[in-house]
Amino acid sequence: MTMNTKRRVFLKGSLAAGTVGVAVGAGLLTPQAVIAAWDEKAFAAKSVDEALNAAMGMASNTASDAIKIKAPDIAENGAVVPVSVSTDMAGVESIALLAEGNATPLVATFELGEGAVPDVSTRIKMGKTADVIAVVKAGGKLHSARKSVKVTIGGCGG
Amino acid sequence: MANSIKIRAKLKGDTTQVKCLMTHPMETGLRKDSKTGKMIPAHFISEVMATSGGKTIMTAYWSGGISKNPYLSFDFKGAAKGDEVTIAWKDNQGGSDSETAKIS
Repeated sequence: MTMNTKRRVFLKGSLAAGTVGVAVGAGLLTPQAVIAAWDEKAFAAKSVDEALNAAMGMASNTASDAIKIKAPDIAENGAVVPVSVSTDMAGVESIALLAEGNATPLVATFELGEGAVPDVSTRIKMGKTADVIAVVKAGGKLHSARKSVKVTIGGCGG
Repeated sequence: MANSIKIRAKLKGDTTQVKCLMTHPMETGLRKDSKTGKMIPAHFISEVMATSGGKTIMTAYWSGGISKNPYLSFDFKGAAKGDEVTIAWKDNQGGSDSETAKIS
């Protein structure tokens, strides 16, 4: 009888472990959902227009003085190019950052939420001397600004 | 990958400035290993989420075009001193990390 009880306990234990295993399995599935949100088509695009179409839903944009890009004129190391994008436009929904000379130009998109000020900074890689393009989506339209950055050592090779 | 994020959040007037540094190799998948000659598989942060007070302030989607050990700074309004800001990232290989800091 004692044997049997123990056997029951053991079975219960393994059942519980089984449930945990399933839970972990379900947990592992979440990154898949994330990749769905991360737009592969946009990031794999080989041209600026293609990337904008995928990421922002359109490619046509108007140049705007209201967008400011802060980036060095000459980047000694293309692997680390500090870039800041800011604008005083109202109703900014998202900002896309592109490096025109890269094999896949789209570097990042920033979706602004509640209270966010359209002012982001990061560091990007640039394969060669090219324009850094900032595209701001505000009021359902795209506005853009560009700045040329001279790269002395490319950041995409080995 | 614990503690891969460093956050500084500072309140200036009514705007909170958040600066963060993440530790990540950010491989594009286009680079060759100089020793073996094989391609290094892509490994980069694809999504960064910033939340404060239960609200999403910003979601950033990245490619391998962001530099190694990424730096990100952004501003937002509507928070007070002592409020918390959480930064969470996920990479293309299923890795993730998050860190919370108090606004000073």
